[in-house]
Amino acid sequence: MMLRIVALFAKYRFAVLVIVPLSLMSGVRLWTGQDPLTSSDTVGSALRLAVPILLAGMAGLWAERCGVLNIGIEGMMILGTWFGGWGAWQFGAWAGLAFAVVGGMLGGLIHAVATVRFNIDQVISGVVLNLFAFFGVRYLSDLVFVGQQGGGVSQSPPQRSVISRVDVPFLSGGQVGGWKSPNILGWLEQRRWFLLGDIGGIGRGLTSNLSWASVIAVTLVPISAWILWRTRLGLRLRSSGESPHTAESLGVNVIRLRYFGLVVSGGFAGLAGGTLAIVASSYYRQGQTAGRGFIGLATMIFGNWRPSGVLAGAMLFGYAEGVKLVAAKSIPALFLFISIAALLLVIVAGVRKKRVRMLSLLTIFVLSGMAYLTVKTVPESLTQSVPYVVTLIILATTNQKLRAPAMAGVPYRRGDPH
Amino acid sequence: MKSGSLRNAFSGARSSLVALGSSIGGIFIALIICAGLLLITGKDPLRAYSKILETGLDGQKLLEMLKRATPLMLSATAVAVGFKLNLFNIGVEGQYLFAALIAAEMGTHVSLPAPVHVAFILLVAMVAGAAWASIAALLKVVRGVNEVISTIMLNFIALSFIQWLFENFFRDDSDGGLNVKTTVLARSARMPDLVAGRLNAMFLVALLVVAVYWVVIFKSRFGFQLRASGLNPNAARTSGIPAKRMAVTALLISGSIAGLVAMPYVLGEAFAYGPNATPTQLGFAGIAVALLGRNHPVGIIGAALLFGFLDSTSAELQLSGVPSSIVKVIQAIIVLTVVIVNEASMRMFNKRTAERTAAKLKTASFPI
Repeated sequence: MMLRIVALFAKYRFAVLVIVPLSLMSGVRLWTGQDPLTSSDTVGSALRLAVPILLAGMAGLWAERCGVLNIGIEGMMILGTWFGGWGAWQFGAWAGLAFAVVGGMLGGLIHAVATVRFNIDQVISGVVLNLFAFFGVRYLSDLVFVGQQGGGVSQSPPQRSVISRVDVPFLSGGQVGGWKSPNILGWLEQRRWFLLGDIGGIGRGLTSNLSWASVIAVTLVPISAWILWRTRLGLRLRSSGESPHTAESLGVNVIRLRYFGLVVSGGFAGLAGGTLAIVASSYYRQGQTAGRGFIGLATMIFGNWRPSGVLAGAMLFGYAEGVKLVAAKSIPALFLFISIAALLLVIVAGVRKKRVRMLSLLTIFVLSGMAYLTVKTVPESLTQSVPYVVTLIILATTNQKLRAPAMAGVPYRRGDPH
Repeated sequence: MKSGSLRNAFSGARSSLVALGSSIGGIFIALIICAGLLLITGKDPLRAYSKILETGLDGQKLLEMLKRATPLMLSATAVAVGFKLNLFNIGVEGQYLFAALIAAEMGTHVSLPAPVHVAFILLVAMVAGAAWASIAALLKVVRGVNEVISTIMLNFIALSFIQWLFENFFRDDSDGGLNVKTTVLARSARMPDLVAGRLNAMFLVALLVVAVYWVVIFKSRFGFQLRASGLNPNAARTSGIPAKRMAVTALLISGSIAGLVAMPYVLGEAFAYGPNATPTQLGFAGIAVALLGRNHPVGIIGAALLFGFLDSTSAELQLSGVPSSIVKVIQAIIVLTVVIVNEASMRMFNKRTAERTAAKLKTASFPI
């Protein structure tokens, strides 16, 4: 009987993984009356906040898949914010994004020269690159932005134009050739029905008021996945991360591929910085990246070095940040959700006789339950650390299941004995 | 046998000569690259460099160099302890800030005679730094979490945890909220000045820490085990050196040294912890100094003095029309080029040694 249920679960895994949490969330929403949990506002800002993290995670993915650790993502993002802000001020928003990508690629190229050409320790190069970018853009700001209208040593003048936003027709009432299509998801969201209301809110959050830059960013994920896992180039690139000597012996130019992978990685990081300066804000500001490069690195790790995992991780962090920003009052309800979800997972783990996992989930259940009962408002200073705490917990609990590219971090020299 | 060990000593001396030479070469290359950057951005590099030399060699500025080198020596030593075991403690930043807050707060709750009070605060700082580092150490040995990632995350967690502790518990409200500091420490908790108002005795403490580092790492049994585990983990493990205990000890020592980094400010300038009174980024600068000094005590002191020298000139540089951030850019480029040149020259040196040995083996006649 139990086995048959488990088998059923396995068969309809995807549906279970989507519908069960969603109904649970919906139930919590109705029970606590916290509609913002799944409102289009919250989900929309979650998406906006997730995009830079997503791009940073993809930057890490491209670098590590070709075999080079990239601690310097934060620095490349800083270059992206500066060049993006500068380009958007001089030539307009789209040109700014292009400059951001170029700025990030420059960072990627420096990292590649240091680690691939000269074989220095990859963590060292990344750390130094972060320092270099942080102070380098300050130097540039001092030369370029100081004395300009609205500019200064720590910020650029505002951008010349903005990137337009779009609503998807039919789903969220976008325009089709001047005709305003119906807003189905918005209608559904307003009904606030069980499950359907949540689907409406989440769907509308993901399909309305979208910046074209976000659309491009999200489409880059399947494109990366396709290149890395479905093309010859991708196979070679991944093989130089898994087993460079074997790849070389089969005629793959590992050195050149690592250069390529790092420049692409830098481009992604630069774009991440560019969206921060151009889409999330309208000018470059010092400290705009605020450690998102490292959060990106974290999403890559517990996304198990896969694009879909990075996407899921970035959405999770984006959602946590979005709730904090738009719907701070709903945070206790979120604790209730986590608590019940943990309880359900305790039962699943109990059925499967996984004692260690049961205990750790039980701890989460008790802690988040206590948080729901006692915490009314979470102090702002502590919520900032949530993504980092989550990352540590995930790393500490699921470490065995994650698998990094085998040779990421190991310097490679052509013809060296191995 | 005797001549063999002598030759080894020579080759050791030669390799450190190569290291020194390549470091100086790397610094020159960095200066040339920076001159290029200055030229591209429309500044006269020769004028900037002569301005740096001119202001930096002034007597007052040399004192400031020592002052600025003090925290760098400490944080570089903290990083270097980890490096000796191939552990990358990026978390010095979080460890020293956490320690600064805890030590400054604890120091206000005791009343002790002057030297003991200072020593007490230093001890608390070391324990607090080690405590924060112990999280990363535990994650490493119990769950196998890479310390690079965990210390990066712990840096951010430390920042918000410190802010929370400070805002809610430790902040001194007596001034009606104007005072953004913890309660000011008693007179007995102040580090004596070496040169009044210019340099305090933390400089000597820092030198002492570097000296102890040299003795412990290079002259003690523990240090030998540590270096052995760093150079060849497998060989060390097979010869019975406990790998996990080594990792925990190294990270704890590293954290306790990191705890001292902000003490020149807490005990010598602000006499309290405050978000604006306690400089940040010293942990990352320490990584750079440790790399530049190749984790060697003498190298660390030299590199810290170089960084302190450059830092001390930044204000005058800004006044003369060159953005002061160029100093930090120069530092970053110096580290990168020195590491690269060191790597390349050591490879060349090792290759030549190997070739020479091979040639000797060929000509030598073996009794069969």
